[in-house]
Amino acid sequence: MAATEQRSYVGAPVPRKEDARLLTGQGTFVDNLSRPGMLHAVIVRSPHAHARIVGIDTSRAAAAEGVVAVYTGEDLKSEWQAGLPCFWPVSEDIVMPTHWPLALDKARYAGDGVAVVVAETRALAKDAAELVDVSYEVLPAVVDIEEALADGAPLVHDEAAGNRCYTWSLAAGEVEKEFADAAVTVSERYRQQRLIPAAMEPRALLVDVMPATGDVTVYSSTQIPHIMRTAFTLVLGIPEAKVRVVAPDVGGGFGSKVEVYAEDMIVVPIARRLGRPVKWVEERSEACLATIHGRDVVQHIELAATAEGKIRAVRVRLKAAMGSYLQAVTPGVPLLGAWLYGGCYDLAAYDFLCTGVFTTTTPTDAYRGAGRPEATYAIERAIDALARKVGKDPVEIRRLNFIEEFPFTLASGLEVDAGDFHAALDRALEILDYDTVRKEQAERRASGATRQLGVGFSTYIEMCGLAPSRILGALNYGGGGWESMSIRCLPTGTVQIVSGTTPHGQGHATTFAQIVADKLGVDFDDVEFLFGDTAVSPTGFDTYGSRSLPVGGVALWHASEKVVAKAKAIAAHTLEAAEDDLEYAGGRFAVRGTDRGMTVKECAFAAWHAHNLPDGMEPGLEAQHVYDPPNFSWPSGCHIALVEVDTQTGAVFLDRYVAVDDVGRVVNPLVVDGQVHGGIAQGVAQALWEEAVYDSDGNLATGSLLSYLVPSAAELPSYETDRTETPSPTNPLGVKGVGETGAIASTPAVINAVIDALAPYGITDMDMPASPERVWRALQEVAK
Amino acid sequence: MRRISFTVNGAAREVDVEPRELLVYVLRERLGLTGTNVGCDTSSCGSCTVLVSGESVKSCTMLGVQADGLDVTTIEGLATGGALHPVQQAFHEHHGLQCGFCTPGMVLASVSLLAETPSPSEAEIREALEGNLCRCTGYHNIVRAVQAAASA
Amino acid sequence: MIPARFDYEVAGSVEEAVRLLGESDDAKLLAGGHSLLPLMRLRFAQPSLLVDIGRLSDLAYVRDAGDRVAIGALTRHHDLTTSDLLARACPLLAFTAGQVGDPQVRHRGTIGGSVAHGDPASDLPAALLALDAELVATGPGGERTIPAADFFRGFLETALAPQELLTEIRVPKLGGGSAYVKFNRRAQDWATVAVAVAVTNGGARVALANMGPTPLRATAVEAALAGGAGLDEAAAAAAEGTSPPSDTNGSADYRRHLATVLTRRALEKALPA
Repeated sequence: MAATEQRSYVGAPVPRKEDARLLTGQGTFVDNLSRPGMLHAVIVRSPHAHARIVGIDTSRAAAAEGVVAVYTGEDLKSEWQAGLPCFWPVSEDIVMPTHWPLALDKARYAGDGVAVVVAETRALAKDAAELVDVSYEVLPAVVDIEEALADGAPLVHDEAAGNRCYTWSLAAGEVEKEFADAAVTVSERYRQQRLIPAAMEPRALLVDVMPATGDVTVYSSTQIPHIMRTAFTLVLGIPEAKVRVVAPDVGGGFGSKVEVYAEDMIVVPIARRLGRPVKWVEERSEACLATIHGRDVVQHIELAATAEGKIRAVRVRLKAAMGSYLQAVTPGVPLLGAWLYGGCYDLAAYDFLCTGVFTTTTPTDAYRGAGRPEATYAIERAIDALARKVGKDPVEIRRLNFIEEFPFTLASGLEVDAGDFHAALDRALEILDYDTVRKEQAERRASGATRQLGVGFSTYIEMCGLAPSRILGALNYGGGGWESMSIRCLPTGTVQIVSGTTPHGQGHATTFAQIVADKLGVDFDDVEFLFGDTAVSPTGFDTYGSRSLPVGGVALWHASEKVVAKAKAIAAHTLEAAEDDLEYAGGRFAVRGTDRGMTVKECAFAAWHAHNLPDGMEPGLEAQHVYDPPNFSWPSGCHIALVEVDTQTGAVFLDRYVAVDDVGRVVNPLVVDGQVHGGIAQGVAQALWEEAVYDSDGNLATGSLLSYLVPSAAELPSYETDRTETPSPTNPLGVKGVGETGAIASTPAVINAVIDALAPYGITDMDMPASPERVWRALQEVAK
Repeated sequence: MRRISFTVNGAAREVDVEPRELLVYVLRERLGLTGTNVGCDTSSCGSCTVLVSGESVKSCTMLGVQADGLDVTTIEGLATGGALHPVQQAFHEHHGLQCGFCTPGMVLASVSLLAETPSPSEAEIREALEGNLCRCTGYHNIVRAVQAAASA
Repeated sequence: MIPARFDYEVAGSVEEAVRLLGESDDAKLLAGGHSLLPLMRLRFAQPSLLVDIGRLSDLAYVRDAGDRVAIGALTRHHDLTTSDLLARACPLLAFTAGQVGDPQVRHRGTIGGSVAHGDPASDLPAALLALDAELVATGPGGERTIPAADFFRGFLETALAPQELLTEIRVPKLGGGSAYVKFNRRAQDWATVAVAVAVTNGGARVALANMGPTPLRATAVEAALAGGAGLDEAAAAAAEGTSPPSDTNGSADYRRHLATVLTRRALEKALPA
């Protein structure tokens, strides 16, 4: 795009700045980095889900070729001032067991670390890890949420009676009365299976130390370098100013890298003790065990409705698996969906209660959408169940219940700023050609075709852009939700953005450069993006919860305003004009009615040499802005899945997928579409393929990408996407978050479609994933 | 240790390797070619795809010693004279990458496909990429990029 | 992800390979490596010696051998899928080879390696059973020919002696129809169940993948067809005598059901209406 057209970057499909490096093999993923004298660490992990550690003999491993050190938890215990942090003690009654980075007494999930081997090469560390001899007293495992709550279940933590971690509730309106008065009620039980995030880059760490000063540099495949830095102080007691965390190129995260992991608190002390750089790189099979899992919730949702199907009240009871320990925000994940079990529907009363449960499994935590996919799934399936009960089409029942006036205060209590749910539904139906699809479906049903057709809807709303700090405080979250962005104009006219939010594939460098290029009237290519290094970007709350644009991007907009304001003062001073007489357009201040003017670039140069600045003005043209959003961001939309079900094999084929999203104003449609596509694929994968399966002994049966079925291009269709747009009135860019919408919306659309296809057989329920065998069994069941 | 001689990105290379070293580690650690990524340990993800004699191969499922005498192309060797390969260019224009971790493998698998099937259908592209997993893009734009490269 | 240490020798000839195999109790042959290396990388297999036969290029061929097609054991899956001779004379094998793994696997993996590995979930062994192929093994005592029906002995166990290697596979030229129907969750995956059917003058032979510890002939189906049963009736017998595994891709019950459905579909493709 030519510099002369630079005023139109926002809204344009600008190809990404990031690509040149990543396309040519010049990515800086942590495992690509090395340091002279670098050692390699390998963690020895428990093969048992629940076992008392009787003894660990490290002597053979310590004597093996190339081994520098072997440590157990007891050896490193003195390094840890606290266990791994959980930042979200959601309730008064929460039980927060100490989570030591290496297990000291018991291993509580298959994969729990018990020792670490450090050697000169990765291969030698692997070899020696096999020689660490751990004696275990195997204890009974408990992997199922409801079994964990049953009387007499094995206790994961002695201090958590009945394996209960917490209860948390939210209620508004006269729920009991609404249910008592309801003409129609729906009561459904759903299971959110456990998922493995499976970012393509496994986790990795490289820790560099400077013994003379005590400085520690941690290169980490993380979404949260700033939060990690603080955690090193909390757990290891290293002064925060001595820790530098660098997140270089990060190969996907999806929430799994919003985390302070055991390895972080193992490798840093080791590097400090040995005075040498140490690298740890997770293998994929290890990632399946030791990186957080998502979901694993049993949901009970009830609707109270009028005879015609108008929903009056929603009541929700969740049992949510924490896994064996509380990671960064484990207990808070259900809360992120707690306001949304009423969906985009107008209710009078709302009642939500969640019980957190410990099991001898890998800890769960935020995975793309975190709480909101679960909520959306429950209400979108329940409203279909209601439609069946009152004899309405899924489209009709949704229209009857949509919220129509904005801003709207949800029955659950939060205010939705903007939306138009009918518009998205209208457009999606048009793309799908709904009537034709229903006609073909009827024909196949009539002919008894082997492949039956099903269409499924998901009209969703979600809350993201995490988050107003005051609300986080009210929810007892341990941090804020603001974001910090800085802009520096360099002397010769190029511009640096210093970002508190750190990308791992989202295209921040491009999107943010578009905003700044427009605001300052500089060329897109002249804007550089600095990120992911706490030494470069000292403050920030990092990347998760679809927050980078609606929080960070808005901070950047405000910082740009500050730069322009200062530049304007410089221009007025230099041009000897009143500021009121200057017009600003295209990066140039013009004295109204003359041909005299000055560009922001020229102002930057003037601010640098500082030969002639207004009295009292500081030299330099740069600005920081810290933005705390007044509200969450509220994307919404309509997704429709069209599936074929092979009624002989039970196989489900996703034929078409239509997504119409309202993510407010769009800065870069290429990037936004990409986010939607990826989210759809992950949500569809939950519906049809992915499930972390434990056997009754607590062994993970899906411990690699052979058995944990991340779909490929061959299993998925192209997506038919479009957008409606209601700009968010709560921020000057009018933007909303988009990173999680696809994953939030898509799962129920697919399952609703599978159930729709099987409706003629009397099938009204389907667990996830809707595997061929599950579908076949459901058909067998109804045939009896 | 065994000495192997092979051609990597057009240049003759000689390197001493342990027999147990997988080709991907020879490339990454012996030759410093870190563009080839390791995403799994079961030959499932395709992140480590390189071209051996012009054909896509998972370099995690080949020993370095097996590459003795062969011609290997990694992502670093694809762009020539400062210009992106048409497949790389198409991935850029069609936003066929996000985090970029699967990208080197995805690009090389696509190059191999187009060498064998210059004008593939969408279904053929999707089938041909069955061994390459991407967690970011949902594959939509990858498929568009390969289509565009095929008609470029 | 890093195999345990092993010794490595390159065999310059079949004879040398046979000799090297004799040098160690747990020596393994390395051809394309796509069955063995995945096991070694996870340290499920830790052979002390690898004998690399991957450079025996004279074992990579697809040749017309009268009423048969002779295939060198080192022929890659990719070369089977692109062989004009196979496409004409034995399309079942060409098609089935295209179902193995993914393109990268097919660029390195060999028919001999796949068959000698003896994985019941693999594609090619089932096809070779349906084709009543002959497998030529070379050992210290010279060559011998093993009918496919006698080759697969148990889970990952074949009729090959420790010092034998598979050198050639011979398949009949097919006059009649054939089909390979594979069911899996993802395109790159092994078969949950697969069915191979080959029709020759002697009737239809039907073989099953992943329905027991070895690839199996569905003899009940063959007998029913020979006895004049219709396709539905014959296919219904597909699971007879099988002992399929249960895993995350399907229970044994489900696999038995799938076997009947897929057999029905394969028979319909292979047999003229």
